[in-house]
Amino acid sequence: MSKTSEAMQQSIDFARFPDETGHFGRYGGQFVPETLMAPLRELQDAYARYRDDPDFRAEFERDCKDFVGRPSPLYLAERWSEKVGGARIYLKREDLNHTGAHKINNTIGQALLAKRMGKTRVIAETGAGQHGVASATVAARLGLDCVVYMGADDIQRQSPNVYRMRLLGAEVVPVTSGSRTLKDALNEAMRDWVANVDDTFYIIGTVAGPHPYPMMVRDFQAIIGQETREQMLEREGRLPDALVACVGGGSNAIGLFRPFLEDQEVALHGVEAGGYGVATGQHAAPLCAGRPGVLHGNRTYLMENDNGQIIGTHSVSAGLDYPGVGPEHAWLKDINRAVYTSVTDDEALAAFHEVTRTEGIIPALETAHALAYAEKLARELGPGKSIVVNLSGRGDKDIQTVAEREGIEL
Amino acid sequence: MSRLATRFQALREQQRTALIPYITAGDPHPDLTVRLMHGMVAAGADVVEVGVPFSDPIGDGPVIQQACERALCHNVGLRDVLAMVRRFREDDTETPVVLMGYMNPIEVMGYAEFAKAALESGVDGVLTVDMPLEEMGDLDGLLADSGLDPVFLVAPTSTEERMQTICERAGGFVYYVSLKGVTGAASLDVDAVGQRVDRLRSMTGLPVGVGFGISDAPTAARMAAVADAVVVGSALVRRIEANQDDLDKAHEAVTELVADMRHAMDAAAAAST
Repeated sequence: MSKTSEAMQQSIDFARFPDETGHFGRYGGQFVPETLMAPLRELQDAYARYRDDPDFRAEFERDCKDFVGRPSPLYLAERWSEKVGGARIYLKREDLNHTGAHKINNTIGQALLAKRMGKTRVIAETGAGQHGVASATVAARLGLDCVVYMGADDIQRQSPNVYRMRLLGAEVVPVTSGSRTLKDALNEAMRDWVANVDDTFYIIGTVAGPHPYPMMVRDFQAIIGQETREQMLEREGRLPDALVACVGGGSNAIGLFRPFLEDQEVALHGVEAGGYGVATGQHAAPLCAGRPGVLHGNRTYLMENDNGQIIGTHSVSAGLDYPGVGPEHAWLKDINRAVYTSVTDDEALAAFHEVTRTEGIIPALETAHALAYAEKLARELGPGKSIVVNLSGRGDKDIQTVAEREGIEL
Repeated sequence: MSRLATRFQALREQQRTALIPYITAGDPHPDLTVRLMHGMVAAGADVVEVGVPFSDPIGDGPVIQQACERALCHNVGLRDVLAMVRRFREDDTETPVVLMGYMNPIEVMGYAEFAKAALESGVDGVLTVDMPLEEMGDLDGLLADSGLDPVFLVAPTSTEERMQTICERAGGFVYYVSLKGVTGAASLDVDAVGQRVDRLRSMTGLPVGVGFGISDAPTAARMAAVADAVVVGSALVRRIEANQDDLDKAHEAVTELVADMRHAMDAAAAAST
């Protein structure tokens, strides 16, 4: 990192971002049709009212503890670290949360807010299905109607999660427009919200979308980093040297990074989906190979063509298969506070197998991207250093995909 | 005076409500767009609204979304749409043209370059669905400097305060979204729309247009009684969709509905005076 960017960062008060208009520098904002400006204002006001409200905080924390099973453990992957032969690798076990991923932290928070706002119906978009399951779960528990939009192609590759959502009482609507994946599910959820703003709360699953979503989702997910910080201080008596997380929209990464932003000695690494390799154009790595534009309510890095059309993405992992990324990540990249890199499908799969066989933990394919990069980084940093990887989700949902790729019939 | 102002003043003198048909540029084929623009004017359109195709049109329903996809099969981008308007202007220097689209193509081209290119092509107004006032930056200033009218949407959910601010910054006309929903949705409450239009008229001297969900000639006629302009999109695009393999038939089907709407609007106006 250059001297100037370090000097620049020291003067940044991270707590002040996003600013009151919802911007992280030039990123973020509220690029939505006029019909949504009033409900966004209503949401902003409600969130401002409840975010520091003791009763709301207490209910959120109680649910995180009793319903989700938090705090999630910080696990030292001893055998794997030894095999890699570099830094000690810790895994923040979000896969052990109820519903099997970090997504539930956010849906609990938003659903509690929806209830306080008097909304009776929640909608959500989902890619891998983890956010859809987490939304259907909290809706079932609070007695709210739930509709989940999911790309028709994703429904194919994540069928166990689709059935899980239906068991929980949610209606799963297949989206056949555009690329039939996560971005199109988001479009469809926005359209639903425009038409049903009076009784409907839109639970966005990642740190993207119009303000206040990137801020709100980040705040709910920041519990990951808060716990990690305490657990590391307890275990090692000091902060880790680096944090690693996969980045699709970027919610698990922001959740881990946020409480460490002011700690310059902790390096932050976001890992995007490199698909068949960034050079092939067949990937989902807007921070590594895209440029700034406007999509889904915010300005951020996007994968687009010269006409400003959003282009198709590819990743073996449905949860990372998205052409945009949360605006806070775009900003952290520009100010050099975080570094973003990518890992190919093949590298992610290799790490998937490696961690499964060495540690007895089957990670989600999304998470496998972070693990693949952590392996390289651990070697680079060398012994004596420590890394925390956000083990954002478990891989049960992916075994079909992995088997198919390897020509195995289940 | 801008083409939009001139046109609306003439209509006001004739006590007629403007009919503003919408088509997506390049749908179903780039060859049809300019011809269709002229055809709609001949059938009674007062202003033509041209959609700039976008891959992720979150404010539009399935009909216009699919129109975008058909146009994008032919790779129709913002520059191509401006070239179509320029060709339209070779034979029609009077009918105002409003571009309707999304932010990202303009973002990629650059605001200043877009304002300049739009003016040179003969565009009169620009409506960007996903850019509320708050995110305009210097775009409306650049448009105004080029003599282009920034057209804004007002929604049923817009507060009084927002309506006021929008009216202050809008140019050409104010576009009232007649329902909570995306383009092409059903169920309109004409009385409720009329009340909101009156409220807007008390805030601005600009004409107030109404659109979203106006699907047939009788609905157009009823809306015409309460507004200064009626915008029709999905109903026309549906006819394009049904005839996408035959450009002549698509042309005929679209211009026929425009003419029917024009007649119904004029007949209702005549009956009420």
